[in-house]
Amino acid sequence: MMTINEVLTLDNQQEKIGALLLRGYRFVTMTVVDKGEEFDIFYHFDLDYEMVTYQLVLKKGDVLPSISGICFAAVIVENEIQDLFGITVSNLAIDYEKHFLLAADAPAEPFCRVPGVGVTAVKASAVENGGDK
Amino acid sequence: MSKAIKKSPWVVHFNCNSCNGCDIEFLACLTPTYDVERFGVLHVGNPKHADVLVVTGSVNNRNKHVLKNVYDQMPEPKVVVAMGACPATGGIFADCYNVIGGVNAVIPVDVHVPGCPPKPEAMMDGIIEAVGILEKKRNGETVPPPVLPVKTVKGPEAPPMTPEMAAKIAAAKAAAAAKAAAAKAEAEKANENQEARAE
Amino acid sequence: MSMLVPFGPQHPVLPEPLQLRLELDDEKVIAAMPVVGYVHRGLEKLAEQKDFIQDTFLIERVCGICSFQHSMAYSMGVEEIMNIEVPERANYLRVIWAELHRMHSHLLALGLLADAFGFENLFYTIWKVREEIMDAMEATTGARVMLGACCIGGVRKDISPEQAKFVLEKLANFEKMFKRPAEVILGDYSVKERLCGIGVIDGKTAYELGTVGPALRGSGMAKDHRMTGYAAYGKLGFEPIVENDGDCYARTKVRVRELYQSAELVKAALAALPEGELKTPFKGNPLGEAAVRVEQPRGEVLYYLRGNGTDKLDRLRIRTPTFANIAPLLRMLVGCGLPDVAVIILSIDPCISCTER
Repeated sequence: MMTINEVLTLDNQQEKIGALLLRGYRFVTMTVVDKGEEFDIFYHFDLDYEMVTYQLVLKKGDVLPSISGICFAAVIVENEIQDLFGITVSNLAIDYEKHFLLAADAPAEPFCRVPGVGVTAVKASAVENGGDK
Repeated sequence: MSKAIKKSPWVVHFNCNSCNGCDIEFLACLTPTYDVERFGVLHVGNPKHADVLVVTGSVNNRNKHVLKNVYDQMPEPKVVVAMGACPATGGIFADCYNVIGGVNAVIPVDVHVPGCPPKPEAMMDGIIEAVGILEKKRNGETVPPPVLPVKTVKGPEAPPMTPEMAAKIAAAKAAAAAKAAAAKAEAEKANENQEARAE
Repeated sequence: MSMLVPFGPQHPVLPEPLQLRLELDDEKVIAAMPVVGYVHRGLEKLAEQKDFIQDTFLIERVCGICSFQHSMAYSMGVEEIMNIEVPERANYLRVIWAELHRMHSHLLALGLLADAFGFENLFYTIWKVREEIMDAMEATTGARVMLGACCIGGVRKDISPEQAKFVLEKLANFEKMFKRPAEVILGDYSVKERLCGIGVIDGKTAYELGTVGPALRGSGMAKDHRMTGYAAYGKLGFEPIVENDGDCYARTKVRVRELYQSAELVKAALAALPEGELKTPFKGNPLGEAAVRVEQPRGEVLYYLRGNGTDKLDRLRIRTPTFANIAPLLRMLVGCGLPDVAVIILSIDPCISCTER
């Protein structure tokens, strides 16, 4: 089972992660889970094979501040999140503007779910965006 | 000239959307154990030199242009060999959102090699069959495209969009846009303030 | 005055489509920016649409080079959520196939690196050695690339004593045949000319940028996730291999030494292979979340799984090693010459198919 060591808020996110990195933790990755009304954002860090996970709950439509300023390794995964979930990430060190993995005519935000509809709504929302094929 | 092409077809390999399984097996064909070069097959990097295009993997929205581009650069006559299940129908990835389908959605395919991934022996058979087709094309014969035994591999379609869902999506989008605009304006304001202070 | 040169996506030395936009000052690279997405399929999403047992075989297709280790990491994740105890024999068999996969992957990487600096003879010789390992995998599982041997709760195939003997023969062949190419890689002046002092990254920077695998161990950091002793690694005795120079040569040296280490691990696992079941039967569906890490040939992979009690997973996230190695790659490329770009890219052994899924 995965343990969540701390729940962050948008206000203390930079400060907490910065403190963790100063203690010698290595950035592993970020994971986003779409829960319908909000996103679960997990920051995974590692020190001596022990994983530390911070959680941030982001409401749909909110802007996520980038941590690429304090941890450049996050820039790739944050761009991927912008693509796949349509979350706007602010202050990115390198910003691909939501076309990092996906081409301009690919389905947009493929991992997003419509509240209460679940997984199968993805293709429909992609069509609505005028993207599919 | 015709004889030279028949005896020594030059092959360019394009990894389209592949998982690498077929690519490493195709590279293994070139190396001493299988040694496809004993049939005169030469692996080249430049599509302008090539007679045979080997494609692995399915087509997605970004690489379809690259595939078309590579194909267009090859001189006539040319033969396309699709290695594996993905370039035939999309394979295991046919239901993925970013997969358009097999290679024949973009360019015509002459030889399909089945397998996930095909064995190197099967790949060599595919290349040798391609050489025969190349020869026919050179003589001006028309070669009918191969018929795939598989009709469709796509899963059931997503349910149609209901007005409620559309409204929900539109509302969420509008909210996101408004938030982003607000955040941007705030950031600009902060920047201006900073600049003013610096001055 | 600088200029922008696109490197890829269809490039003779790259087996996979990756584009790097290089900002050049004459021949010197000032900055590099990756353009990816040429092999993005959307596998994580597809895994949510198929059921979690089918996913084991879908996930092997994340990458054809380290396919077994992907299915192993995924199975370990589901086993952790569902509290399935894997039989001891299955754990040893997993180590055997995982290490065989590491060997073929490292040989492949060394061969492609030789091709990148124009030593075609070395490329062919190394790939000939690699066929010995492929034979061992084909003899034990019936497939060369997609083994399909791992499943949730254990393994689907067994290694009989005759097969074990065959694998040991192949490993002995490998050691005999690899002696000469190893001497060339580690000793030949022309190889050193192309690798020594190229693409240097120091240990601290590498660590801060989240580097994993041989790229990190080549910079003097002893980090290898096998040290945690998952599967049967804890019982086989294991020490990570470290080199200190941080250049392309150090990363290559790590791979060469790991090849011998993997061969030893396979031998030890075959010798200690306990009797018993291959697979624990299980019932029900996964409910809960887990994050599992496994050391692949290219470094540590992270699998995050969330099950919701149905037969479909709620979310599957795969962070592959090359994904973590892109940021350090961009740092390594700064200041190098244009002819060295291909060598540096291949020295981290990139797997783009993994990266984009």
